[in-house]
Amino acid sequence: MVDSKHQWKAWLYLAPAIILLLIFTVWPIINTIRMAFLNNYSLQSEIGGATFSIGIQNFTRILRYKEFKRALLTTTLLCVITVPLSTILALIIAVCLNSIKPLSRFFQTIFFLPYVTNSIAIGMVFAAMFNIVGTIANFNTPGVVNNLLMALGFNPIDWINTSSTYTTNMIVMVIYIVWNALPFKILILLGGLQSVNKQYYEAAKIDGTSRFRTFTRITVPLLSPMIAYVVITGFIGGFKEYSSIVGVFGDSMGPASDKGRLNTIVGFIYDALPNLQQGRASAAALILFVIIFAVTMVNLYVGKKRTHY
Amino acid sequence: MEVRLQNLTKIFPSRNKKNPEEVVAVNDFTFTIPDGKLIGLLGPSGCGKSTTLYMLSGLQKPTSGRIFFGDDDVTELTPENRGVGLVFQNYALYPHMTVKQNILFPLQNLKGADKLSKEEMLDRAYEAAKLVQIDELMDRKPSELSGGQQQRVAIARALVKMPRVLLLDEPLSNLDARLRLQTREEIKRIQKETKITTIFVTHDQEEAMSISDLIVVMKLGVVQQIDKPQDVYDNPKNLFVAKFLGTPPINVFDGEVKNGSLFIGEEKVMNVSNVPDKKVFVGIRPEGFIVDPKGPLTCKVQNIEVMGRDVSIVSSNAASQNPIIRSIVDADVKLDGAEEVKFSLKPHKVFIFDAETEERIYLDEVK
Repeated sequence: MVDSKHQWKAWLYLAPAIILLLIFTVWPIINTIRMAFLNNYSLQSEIGGATFSIGIQNFTRILRYKEFKRALLTTTLLCVITVPLSTILALIIAVCLNSIKPLSRFFQTIFFLPYVTNSIAIGMVFAAMFNIVGTIANFNTPGVVNNLLMALGFNPIDWINTSSTYTTNMIVMVIYIVWNALPFKILILLGGLQSVNKQYYEAAKIDGTSRFRTFTRITVPLLSPMIAYVVITGFIGGFKEYSSIVGVFGDSMGPASDKGRLNTIVGFIYDALPNLQQGRASAAALILFVIIFAVTMVNLYVGKKRTHY
Repeated sequence: MEVRLQNLTKIFPSRNKKNPEEVVAVNDFTFTIPDGKLIGLLGPSGCGKSTTLYMLSGLQKPTSGRIFFGDDDVTELTPENRGVGLVFQNYALYPHMTVKQNILFPLQNLKGADKLSKEEMLDRAYEAAKLVQIDELMDRKPSELSGGQQQRVAIARALVKMPRVLLLDEPLSNLDARLRLQTREEIKRIQKETKITTIFVTHDQEEAMSISDLIVVMKLGVVQQIDKPQDVYDNPKNLFVAKFLGTPPINVFDGEVKNGSLFIGEEKVMNVSNVPDKKVFVGIRPEGFIVDPKGPLTCKVQNIEVMGRDVSIVSSNAASQNPIIRSIVDADVKLDGAEEVKFSLKPHKVFIFDAETEERIYLDEVK
């Protein structure tokens, strides 16, 4: 407990952090809410002396936008597909990593590599891998995935280029995001596994529990707090998806033939800013906040019922 | 089920590469555990008792030797195929399951011909729960139970699949003193009711003495003595066993046999006609002393503790290995203010051990 005489000292020590937080976090949040509820708000007009009426026009307008609905759909689809998929894969990999003795450090390092690699760089590698095979603007594009398909006797698929479809684009993004999301989840789950008392497994062995039942009835429930954690953080990160798509498609957020096809909510917010539409961007940001908040609440609610002790 | 151990040996390879040194956890253990008995494996930590238990359960493979349950050689069988129930030291109850689910869990694992219907499982679970008197707590989680209740759940879980052999690893070490007394009676009762051959591990000699039908005393992987509790106490085979059993512990003196007489220091305390002259250790149980003004053994009184029924005399003697000698005598002995006390000894409470081998030297008179 801080002596009341020295309370100013406590405030002094906290001041740098508090001041920075006030300027860069608290004020922007308040300002976002303000801008969102001023009809047709634009910073430039405000500086020019314009006034705005209070209302929800920004919201009603973006909810009518085709671009926003598309961004919402893409973001939601990516979340709903990649979060469960990456969690299940991470769980399986973590259990496998935990059960091997030789080279486990080596494999842990390998699985952790994506985490320390720049996501734009990974995206460019993915773009190269999923390229079509042929010549584009005098460059040979040896897309490794298509080469592999051809070697196996399939026709090459246009994954991400001009004649690609929304489905193939999404498949690439799902693979990318899942792969990119694995390391963090594996790390958390592996940590959880290593703290599980080995006696539970010995007890299960004595009781003749099959491997599968041991996994579903003992490992998963005992890991449920960690699983809940990676699912919640996964959904929060998923709804903020942006840089992965820039990594693969560049800031056109889609193939050159259909720019913005894979735009996400965050991408939509960014798009509004250079158009001097801060009111619209703020409203979209608030909608994103409400979505993330609601999903997290649902996660926590389900988590409470499903996670034990 | 009779359990037979044949030359059972467990060697752990060294973990230290620079100084490779194998650890022989259990060394050539041969013993037949009679059917339906309660056996206590007793010894200090690191004596191989838990390793023995884990080899019986199948969680650890012996380096050599065989294990038989009845006529079946189970040495190569996996734990689940042995039909053993194991109660872990920390109980290892699944924390996310209720008591009922914990007890049902082994039954739900049964496959093929052994598979039970839901009703049969529940019946068996409640039967096991009633046996250990926790049928009121079936819907609670382990974290909502006391240590003693968790212990019972663990026993019920081990018993529910009707094991051929029940194994208990330090069953009482996580309980407080009062509960320990209660629970050991409980284990005895459950064992008597089920008549399942039960083997438990403990480092607490009192625990082993109080409930076992037979005690196996171990030290550094080697079995020292296997006997009924009272016999282990009354007739220790060597100095280690004598020292390990008994509270207060046995008093050990440096002694010598000369011309058929046993000397402690300069004092001749007993006739031992059949023992050749040599240096010996003399172990005397606390209750082996009689205050006797004409007695041969003189000790300096340090303290007298009156404990109602008896009196405990704390004294010292130059030949004693411990700084103090503790003797328990009748309360009607009066020793007010005396600086010295003279004892005569009860011959059957005096054990003589070879000073080199620490093995017991039996006396004609006692044997």
